[in-house]
Amino acid sequence: MSNRVLIPTPLRPFTGKQEVVEVSGATVGELLADLTRQFDGLKKHLYTDEGRLRSFVNIYVNDEDIRYLQKEGTPVKNGDTLSIIPSVAGGSSAAVDEELPSLTAMEIKRYSRHLILPEVGVDGQRKLKAAKVLCIGAGGLGSPVALYLAAAGVGTIGIVDFDVVDYSNLQRQILHGTSDVGRSKLDSARDKLVALNPEVKIELYDTALSSENALDLFRPYDVIVDGTDNFPTRYLVNDACVLLRKPNAYGSIFRFEGQASVFGLENGPCYRCLYPEPPPPGLVPSCAEGGVLGVLPGLVGVIQATEALKLILGVGEPLIGRFLIVDALRMKFRELKLRKDPDCPVCGTHPTVTELIDYEQFCGVAPAPSDARQPGDNTREISAVELKARLDRSDRLVVLDVREPQEYQINRIDGSVLIPLGELGQRYGELDPSVEIVAQCKSGVRSAKAADFLREKGYRVKNLKGGILDWIDKVDPSQPKY
Amino acid sequence: MDATPLALGREVEDAIRAHAREAYPHECCGALIGREGGVQAAFALPNTTEEGPRRRFLVRPDDYRAAERHAQTLGLDLLGFYHSHPDHPARPSQYDLDHAWPFFSYIIVSATAESTGALTSWRLRDDRSAFDEEPVARSTDDATPTADRAAGVAGDR
Repeated sequence: MSNRVLIPTPLRPFTGKQEVVEVSGATVGELLADLTRQFDGLKKHLYTDEGRLRSFVNIYVNDEDIRYLQKEGTPVKNGDTLSIIPSVAGGSSAAVDEELPSLTAMEIKRYSRHLILPEVGVDGQRKLKAAKVLCIGAGGLGSPVALYLAAAGVGTIGIVDFDVVDYSNLQRQILHGTSDVGRSKLDSARDKLVALNPEVKIELYDTALSSENALDLFRPYDVIVDGTDNFPTRYLVNDACVLLRKPNAYGSIFRFEGQASVFGLENGPCYRCLYPEPPPPGLVPSCAEGGVLGVLPGLVGVIQATEALKLILGVGEPLIGRFLIVDALRMKFRELKLRKDPDCPVCGTHPTVTELIDYEQFCGVAPAPSDARQPGDNTREISAVELKARLDRSDRLVVLDVREPQEYQINRIDGSVLIPLGELGQRYGELDPSVEIVAQCKSGVRSAKAADFLREKGYRVKNLKGGILDWIDKVDPSQPKY
Repeated sequence: MDATPLALGREVEDAIRAHAREAYPHECCGALIGREGGVQAAFALPNTTEEGPRRRFLVRPDDYRAAERHAQTLGLDLLGFYHSHPDHPARPSQYDLDHAWPFFSYIIVSATAESTGALTSWRLRDDRSAFDEEPVARSTDDATPTADRAAGVAGDR
């Protein structure tokens, strides 16, 4: 039996400058043993003190890496050629591990179920301790994300929010309890997270995320978790993550359906690759308008938290280039393949968006600069107080409620007619064109669309400013709000 | 280890420094190609590490072979590798030592957001116990300096 070993440049000083050496044996291990027997100095460069091949030594039988064969037990035939091919590695710190914080005895107890997982272990837990994750929003998605990341021992958790806890949050935003209603969400979140895990550092940002502050807020963090509920912020988070090359553990929810993916990384697509343009304003209702199953943000938020942990640990297959759709009613998980769009305006090969833009304007939800504010334009809107006065005067008008029947069940303006926005196209004929209409919904967005539609059909329509919420605040506080 | 200096042409050094600036805050890496202790070309390679490119670099076997082939085409030899230490001094770390090959020259250049700093060269002792610094001789009138970036920018593949 005779085989050849090709010797790489750096080892030739040990083989008397020979590029090819004849060896014999039945397996790769035997050939290498013969090689190191012939040339004494080679052994310590090929093998560790424990007798294992060094990580940067790659052995190929003909063209196959023995890692994918039977390693050193790979059998060789007469005439097979063995190649030793270097990997070259290095780096500025002694070991990535050395920069990581160590675990206290209490932490070792707390995280013991992580520590015995080979995929986490002590080093992984130290990575989690060193990691910084920023949650955009402490609402439905942000709640499970922050709670589970804190429980898992992510060292620093930042939260951006400017909202106050409302009764209507409690059905799903499990960071907040009944006694927190009226408090800032940040204060409430901090109390819960500190109670859960006092080892975790909580950074609070009491501000609305904006193009002015996003890059500075994101910069110190390793992973951004997008728990926003509106398109302008979603595009803002996406673009900021792409510009900073930070992973964006994305999630969104509506009614019974959720979505999750990981965007923002160089090798994967971003949110704009999927949706280059936002939907027209008002087309996609928010959770406040369309409702959401309370447990759904739990389901989706936990997926986001899982992805964040995997990214930090560097284990498993991240949800990069994959778009997960969760259907809670059927309890089905579908996965779409997402490709990076080379023409993407942010992450493509020739990006046109190289800094953060005005996302309210981009999504068409900016207060119209002049149009709607024209003098005289107030004829298109009516306030709750005015409406009340006109109803009291028994003016001839119809209040048209364009919400869904289940919303109408909760509260309504006495005498109003219900035609949900989605049915208006077929049913507007039920309305008397000679009577003035006041269109009304929950907060005034859907009814504005209804009003526009009816005006085109020749009706005289005003939109109730602020919807039934304003009506309840200013006219009829006896009714419940949702 | 003898103290024969490593000859480094100005254009090659400039190419290494430019690569380090470009890659910052990540580490850059590439091969040193030349003959008899004289580096004539820096061959940029992608940093394929999966452990965090701010603190690590990795040249995979395929890229190693590409560098070797490139040296052959030029009728030259592979003399070693260079890499940058972003925000760290140009001294080999324990990790560098643990992963070093004998014989090769390892050039390290420190880099910051604004510029590059010291550039040093190191060779592994045969017993793997330490690196020895080898002097770098800057030749200003190298006859055939080629700052070869034909392989493309690191990370481009």
